[in-house]
Amino acid sequence: MKYIIAVIQPDRLDQVLDLLEQKEIHLVTVSTVLGRGRQKGISAVYRSHKEAGSLLKKVKLEIAVNAEFVKPTIDAITEGARTGSIGDGKIFVLDLEEVVRIRTGETGNLAIG
Amino acid sequence: MYRMCKRVGLALAVAALCWLGSAGSVTAQDAEAVVEAAAEPAAAIDSGNTAWLLASSGLVLLMTPGLAFFYGGLVRKKNILSVLMQCFMSMCLVTVTWVVVGYSLAFGTDIKGLIGGLDYLLLRNVGAEPWPGYTIPHLVFMAFQLKFAMITPALIIGACAERLKFSAFCVFTVLWSLLVYSPVAHWVWGGGFIFDWGALDFAGGTVVHINAGMAALAAALVLGKRKGSVSPPHSLPLAVLGAGMLWFGWFGFNAGSSLAADGIAANAMVTTHVATAVAGLAWALVDWLYHGRPTTLGMITGVVAGLVAITPACGFVDVTGAIWIGLGSSLICWLFVTFVKPKLGYDDTLDAFGVHGVGGIWGALATGLFCSAAVNPLVAHAPWPQFIIQLKATVVTMVFSFAASYILLKLVDLTIGLRVSEHEERVGLDLTQHKESGYTVLD
Repeated sequence: MKYIIAVIQPDRLDQVLDLLEQKEIHLVTVSTVLGRGRQKGISAVYRSHKEAGSLLKKVKLEIAVNAEFVKPTIDAITEGARTGSIGDGKIFVLDLEEVVRIRTGETGNLAIG
Repeated sequence: MYRMCKRVGLALAVAALCWLGSAGSVTAQDAEAVVEAAAEPAAAIDSGNTAWLLASSGLVLLMTPGLAFFYGGLVRKKNILSVLMQCFMSMCLVTVTWVVVGYSLAFGTDIKGLIGGLDYLLLRNVGAEPWPGYTIPHLVFMAFQLKFAMITPALIIGACAERLKFSAFCVFTVLWSLLVYSPVAHWVWGGGFIFDWGALDFAGGTVVHINAGMAALAAALVLGKRKGSVSPPHSLPLAVLGAGMLWFGWFGFNAGSSLAADGIAANAMVTTHVATAVAGLAWALVDWLYHGRPTTLGMITGVVAGLVAITPACGFVDVTGAIWIGLGSSLICWLFVTFVKPKLGYDDTLDAFGVHGVGGIWGALATGLFCSAAVNPLVAHAPWPQFIIQLKATVVTMVFSFAASYILLKLVDLTIGLRVSEHEERVGLDLTQHKESGYTVLD
């Protein structure tokens, strides 16, 4: 089992969700986050006071999958989120130790999907 | 021990209120007697003028909540309630001080050109009879002036935001309103020495904006800088809403200051509107040229700078004058907050001095450059001689207001302390001063 975290551009979210759906990956947690990468944020101006490097708005996806879904998930996110510009984001893949479905008490591979 | 002191203090306050209450009932009877005696002059009241001033009083009242949202949107999330609360509390506190003694100090019988007498204490002798020289009831004039007295201390909040203790705010506001606002209002409008010089201040450039602006500068200096890095405004939409309310209410502030529904009021309304529009446009354009984008905050700051600068001039200048005043205000305030303020290094949180002080000074001086007897027969001098009078009035107000405010702030600081603790500042004023939060994180 793997836990996939992706940080992407907010305007690519719909595209990514569509592609995940097509590959039958339905379970996903989405949150709005702030962060900065190599482009070092964006500068804002308030009454001529420059705020250099304000954090940028990003969307974070979290998906827990069984081993066979790891590649399709990464493919869907990569295809949906890539624009070729700096700031497209990153995907992190972590080992996942345990999953418990609260309603039934199922665990492991059964609980994940 | 501390709690005991608090209780004793409360009991004293209640006793004082009861005493004021009993004095008030006597005063009400006195006022009735005066009204009866003055049945003849009461006929001189004009219903149209009175209706406009009643409406204007409402319009000016709306400016303080407008200012609350303008300022509230510009502070951080954790401090919004502190700003809203201080603005509203200014309305409550100053209403009480004004009807008890503040109005009398400003507009009572002149004593040596310096201060009003106590003849209107608790609004004694203030009734339905006309305010001398006009056709509106004295009570309406008092209520209209009250709205100006309310918003002026609220303007100072902009310089103190995010670190001023609420109790200190209350004490300072009461003291400042009585010892700084009322005297300056008397000098300029109540028959005091600046009035006698022939200085022109149609709706409060000197009394309201320079006065509050200088107090704001003193407050920023006495309080010192905020801790840590300064964050951007938490809600520009709220600030835009506030600026809109200010623009709307300002028609009462300026056109109402004619104290009649007449041609001069019409002139004031149009010049106010034109100067404001030009100033908003100008700030957005300068931002566009200098920073590459027209900013929303810049535009609404320009709008407020325009409103401030046209205030003393609106009943004395024509539309051409209004265009120059609006344009000048935006450019001067922009230059000030962009280049001068960062060099000076004080922390005027929301540019109360940078906009109200600087814009007010420009407006007061520009009134002397663009005033015309063709607009208002009260203009007794040609522009340049008038400019010298304006300059004198401006300098005197600046010096008095700064010095008196500085002393009052130091006094409050030495007794109860002006500033919240570093911990309270970090947590935010909403939670530490009011035990509330403006926003919830969870539903």
